[in-house]
Amino acid sequence: MDWGAIFTLAVKELISPITATYVLCAIGLSVHFGYTGLLNFGQAAFAAVGAYGLAIGILTFHLPLLLAVVFGLVFSALFALVLGIPTLRLRADYLAIVTIAAAEIFRYFMTTIGFAKVTGGSNGLSQFGQEFWDLNPFPDLDYGFGPFTYRNDEIFVMVIAWLAVALCAVLVWLLMRSPWGRVLRGIREDEDAVRSLGKNVFVYKLQALIFGGLFASIGGMIFVLNLSNVQPQSWGTTFTFMIWTVLLLGGAATVLGPIVGSLVFFFVLSITQGVLSGLVAIGALPFLTDPQVGQIRFIFIGLALMLLVIFRPQGIFGNKRELQFNV
Amino acid sequence: MSNQISQGPAVPGCKKVDPILVADNVKRQFGGLVAVDVEHVEIPRGMITALIGPNGAGKTTFFNLLTGFDKPNTGTWTFEGKNLAGLSSYRVARLGMIRTFQLTKALNLLTVLENMRLGAQKQPGESLLAALIRPLWTKREKEITAQADDLLKRFKLDAKREDYAASLSGGQRKLLEMARALMSKPKLVMLDEPMAGVNPALTQSLLEHIKDLKKNGTTVLFVEHDMHMVRHISDWVIVMAEGKVVAEGPPAEVMKNPAVIDAYLGAHHDTDLGTMQKKGN
Ligand SMILES: Nc1ncnc2c1ncn2[C@@H]1O[C@H](COP(=O)(O)OP(=O)(O)OP(=O)(O)O)[C@@H](O)[C@H]1O
Ligand SMILES: [Mg+2]
Repeated sequence: MDWGAIFTLAVKELISPITATYVLCAIGLSVHFGYTGLLNFGQAAFAAVGAYGLAIGILTFHLPLLLAVVFGLVFSALFALVLGIPTLRLRADYLAIVTIAAAEIFRYFMTTIGFAKVTGGSNGLSQFGQEFWDLNPFPDLDYGFGPFTYRNDEIFVMVIAWLAVALCAVLVWLLMRSPWGRVLRGIREDEDAVRSLGKNVFVYKLQALIFGGLFASIGGMIFVLNLSNVQPQSWGTTFTFMIWTVLLLGGAATVLGPIVGSLVFFFVLSITQGVLSGLVAIGALPFLTDPQVGQIRFIFIGLALMLLVIFRPQGIFGNKRELQFNV
Repeated sequence: MSNQISQGPAVPGCKKVDPILVADNVKRQFGGLVAVDVEHVEIPRGMITALIGPNGAGKTTFFNLLTGFDKPNTGTWTFEGKNLAGLSSYRVARLGMIRTFQLTKALNLLTVLENMRLGAQKQPGESLLAALIRPLWTKREKEITAQADDLLKRFKLDAKREDYAASLSGGQRKLLEMARALMSKPKLVMLDEPMAGVNPALTQSLLEHIKDLKKNGTTVLFVEHDMHMVRHISDWVIVMAEGKVVAEGPPAEVMKNPAVIDAYLGAHHDTDLGTMQKKGN
């Protein structure tokens, strides 16, 4: 087995824009769940709304890139309002049900032939990235060293992705240390108590839902700019549950948690893939075939998530007392 | 029977010289059970009023209705002349009418100090946009913190300042909730069993604190089963039984009232309520 190659691949996975996408979605979910206590099981939809918003803005409405980004974010905020207004006055479980359903509905809408002119149907959309790639300031060279050599386009999207992560993390860090963040954390603990102190809990919950959704939408945009296309099947429930895993792994009510959670998650995922495939190749695991390896990893993820919730509910970074599961 | 608080004799639903809160025909049913059915009641301004009554009399439900945490089947009520019926609970609080809960609601995974700060009003940093610009709210935050520290000292919680509220004992949580309610300098504070579970040594200082509130012009309405406390600090007592106001008046007189003794003790008529010990809860 080529340990060097397995390790290299894992590190590349670690710094890829895809990982940054998950980080952004997980930061958003930390605002929802970690700080405010909102059970959002449709984070994939927020990412999808951003991704489709961007692509449709450019392809259908011929908006310049920046306006298309704004269009996607407005679309995302509206989506949060549609989900939040009917449910946020009710018990927490209603939001959970509605978000998981809305995410699926949105995906089916994007897939259906009826709107294929705008959404691309099951083929998705492509060819919306030209303006983005034109902005690339890096000269057309190879960057890096050895196995970590990247083309200028790859470097560009990586820099943009991790810059976005840094900005969003700082933003959340600032906000959660402010009195606004304090109200959110109070709501997580007991909304009635916060209400009795004169805070409009409904509006705060709505703000948190919108705000956390925007991070996921930015993540979705980076995801599709990197791939240069939008596919409806990228945004299934698996996506949402990977984000939950990442968040719980890192620690839900922390700023570093979503970042470190994603890094660890994708690193381990890649290593296990490499090691298992290697073992299958040398015949050490006769009961497995190579395609099964990909699936068995997800069984491990499920197992890891369960162990995490049972033995370390606060995640890697979480303060044991700051976030236990009181759902 | 004459006094300075009511206009005319102290009968259930009597008019007050200077009421801060006036409720009319407030009725709340749970299925077939009429939990609250208050025809008319007025809470005197600047006084300490006790709301007493046996378990299940409807005191907490009445609190919930008045503060917008529950909706009545019928009824209207005004606070300082402003109609409150149908107003959401946070608006009621903003008008200066703050309540505490019988089942304490400390915000467990916030520190004691953060709990206190959350009680303050007019912190510009609580709005999303201003939150990002620290200079807009740090000055107010300092004031709030100073006020919180002052209250924490008075409630003997200053040593716990940086601890999570989850680490407080039951009695300490009661104290924290009460102190937090005072952060907004309310005009009327409504305390649901503030002394339940608080040790006797501290009870004394709390009583003094409640009297101080009155000195500073705050009106206090509290529910309590401890008759000593009721007798000791209240200016006025309202008695509820089975959802209705069955008696009111100055403490000494109310406790001699046969209707009250009846409501509390059923047959044991010869017991003086003033000597009755708090049971249960
Ligand atoms: N949510 C509810 N659903 C059904 N019944 C309720 C509800 N809340 C209160 N009740 C009933 O209403 C009546 C009044 O309850 P309430 O809690 O107001 O009493 P209380 O005077 O505060 O009593 P205690 O002194 O024990 O706190 C009780 O009979 C109770 O069972
Ligand atoms: Mg009660």
